[in-house]
Amino acid sequence: MSLLRYGYVVGTIIGLLWGMTVSVCVAIGLSLLTGAAATPGLLAAMPAGAIAALVLLLAKNKQASWLFAGSIATLTGAVLLMLRFGQPFGISLEINTTGQILALVIFALGTALPLAKFLKGIPFGALSRHEFEEAIIRFLTGFGYVFFTAIVAIPFFVMIMTSFKSQQALLANPLDYSLDFSKGWDLFRSYVELFRDFNFGQYLVTSFFVSVMTVLITLLFSVPGAYAVARLRFKGQAMMSRSILLIYMVPMIVLALPIYIVFSMVGLRNSILGILLIYPVTTIPVALYMLQGYFRGLPAEIEEAGLMDGLSRLKVIWQITLPLSLPAIASVSLYVFMIGWNEFLLAFMLLDDPSKFTLTRGVAMLNSSEIPRQHLMAGSVIATIPIMLIFLGLERFMTKGLTAGSVKG
Amino acid sequence: MRTSIAPKDTGPLQKREAKLAWGMLAPTLISASLVVILPLIAIFWISFKPIGLADLRVPTPKVYERIRGDFNQAGDEAELQYRLTNSSPKEAITGVTMRDVLPEGMTILQLDQRCTLEGRNLFCDFGDLEPGYRERIKIPFSANQAFIDADPNPRDSVAQLTGSSNSVLFDATFTLDNFIKIFDGREFWKVIGVTVFYAVFGTIGALVVGLFAALLLNKSFRGQGILRGLFLFPYVAPVIAVAFTWVTLFDPFSGSANALLIQMGALDQPINFFGQAPQALIMVTVFEIWRYFPMSFLFILARMQSIDTDMYEAADMDGASPFQKFWYLSMPQLLGIISVLFLLRFIWTFNKFDDIFLLTGGSAGTRTLTVSVYEQAFAISNIGAGAAVAVVIFAILVVFSFFFFKYGSQEEGL
Repeated sequence: MSLLRYGYVVGTIIGLLWGMTVSVCVAIGLSLLTGAAATPGLLAAMPAGAIAALVLLLAKNKQASWLFAGSIATLTGAVLLMLRFGQPFGISLEINTTGQILALVIFALGTALPLAKFLKGIPFGALSRHEFEEAIIRFLTGFGYVFFTAIVAIPFFVMIMTSFKSQQALLANPLDYSLDFSKGWDLFRSYVELFRDFNFGQYLVTSFFVSVMTVLITLLFSVPGAYAVARLRFKGQAMMSRSILLIYMVPMIVLALPIYIVFSMVGLRNSILGILLIYPVTTIPVALYMLQGYFRGLPAEIEEAGLMDGLSRLKVIWQITLPLSLPAIASVSLYVFMIGWNEFLLAFMLLDDPSKFTLTRGVAMLNSSEIPRQHLMAGSVIATIPIMLIFLGLERFMTKGLTAGSVKG
Repeated sequence: MRTSIAPKDTGPLQKREAKLAWGMLAPTLISASLVVILPLIAIFWISFKPIGLADLRVPTPKVYERIRGDFNQAGDEAELQYRLTNSSPKEAITGVTMRDVLPEGMTILQLDQRCTLEGRNLFCDFGDLEPGYRERIKIPFSANQAFIDADPNPRDSVAQLTGSSNSVLFDATFTLDNFIKIFDGREFWKVIGVTVFYAVFGTIGALVVGLFAALLLNKSFRGQGILRGLFLFPYVAPVIAVAFTWVTLFDPFSGSANALLIQMGALDQPINFFGQAPQALIMVTVFEIWRYFPMSFLFILARMQSIDTDMYEAADMDGASPFQKFWYLSMPQLLGIISVLFLLRFIWTFNKFDDIFLLTGGSAGTRTLTVSVYEQAFAISNIGAGAAVAVVIFAILVVFSFFFFKYGSQEEGL
């Protein structure tokens, strides 16, 4: 450990690793966006990163002036260019020249600037334990941002871009996600076909209807229940507040089997009514659990004042508790909406009739060898976009809803 | 001095409150018992039944009628045929009768002994039909001119059949075959092994990755909100969309992942990520981690942000290094939520069905217990065996819940 604690050792290691990270990312990005067969060239990129790190350390890395950072970046880029004999990404610069130059600039800046940040205040020679750990943590943080962004963004990028491609193009070069804008509106062909031939407009409406109804029914059941568990005293109150969550631990597939049998016998299969009978029950327990946590946090005095002034319990709930808990109700509604919208298993088992499908069931239908991949991905995009829009618009509520009630804090 | 003592028995006010409470809980309790507890009982019942998917339809007798023979002029003879079947291979149908209205202009020459004819109304009493019974009842007749002119279709008047049979679902035959079948052979233990691997590594992986992500975002900087939103994407998107995206991405022929690895020189041959035995299980576990790390991340981040900062300032004064602060200060504070998350996520991962079903369908050595329920009940059409697996799952879950309540509940108020 003490052998490691020298600025030049830590700097070299961080430089090597960071050079590798950035070059892999840039090469992947270049390949996916232009279709060029770019390779990262680790044997060149890693030394480039290490050299940049050592220069930064030697120059004491005092002020982060733009000129200084720029010259380090230029140096990094030049080293990469030199070590790969003028082909920074393993392909001739004549192919997609602007793209490659842009990628080279991104590599140079993306290597040099973060390295300057990682190694700020780190001396060239012996390091204290603080300086050592600080540098490691800064590097890991930077790596973490890149890593997490990549693993989350790439699948969604692939989903969206595949929906714009054709089957032949995908088979010819699976890495080429560049868009051919000359096709114009023809790019959206998969979407047009889904809405025209596969009834996806109706599935959207059905899914929306089902999710909203699920939210309403869930609230109707869980608000009084949560209030009772949180505020009223009765025998079994403690047991109730715990065991309600037990329902959440029964696997859906175990319930789905008898529900399937009963619904087949009474003819509720293939009906939206049947779906609406089941969905809320899967969400009521968790909604009740979240709401009762919130109700407990509300000051009881206001309600007691209401009771003193002659309001009945139900009126207290309606006029005092509910208006006070609107944020919690919004969170719970969003969460339940998300569950209803994303639900797949029950829809898959209970719905066979294409005229009654929900969106997730509709997407499942597209997973067949006769239907091209881009249709499946376009269907996935259609199913994902509404929930994402709602999520991005109301992220604050959503994150609160997801954690509500379970963390005392 | 008198001390006031609280009344020991329940007063009327208290009783009214309890009554109101139960009234407000009643809708939830009733619906939960209808959709959760009744099905659970049903699962136990079915698991002891020799029942397949086809047995869900109560067997009914079927008949198909047609006229055989040529007739060109009045007096020509032909045959009216009823083909009677009991399509159930196992169950007899008892008390089968048939009513039909014959077309006009037929003179019946010879009537089956079991049938009577009043005017044009035909009535037959066939008694009991054995399993798999089929018979052709032939009624010869001669046609008159009106019949030939009209050329009627005998199916214009639908033959009415009655008959009852007992469904396997409700009778008193019980069997242990389902359990014997699922416990028999190495397959079951393999399934258990896969389930445990999936649940353990999926849970631990999601927790570790989630903890790392929470550490990244536990400081305020510009763009923190955007990153937090982005990190939640896998959890919020519909499972069906992301699962199919992964399948597309890792496809051996047209998938980008393979093409990328080959282009970068990391692979010589494309790997069939979701189609071959060892890597398929690893891939579904990685998918599980990818999809559910946001949940751990959210809960751990929320807990981190509620830790008092004074403690860290004191540690700074004492000269603690960053790793020491994390290990000796943050970790003990986070252990509570991490253990609760571990239990919850372990149970949920154990219960997970959709993800594996969509990614591999349970092939290539990824069949977990929940996928096995579906496989038995719908792919092999043996509902009884599927229910038996479900009972096994339920038994394991009861053990888990016991631990959950014993160790989980003191922490974090779960």
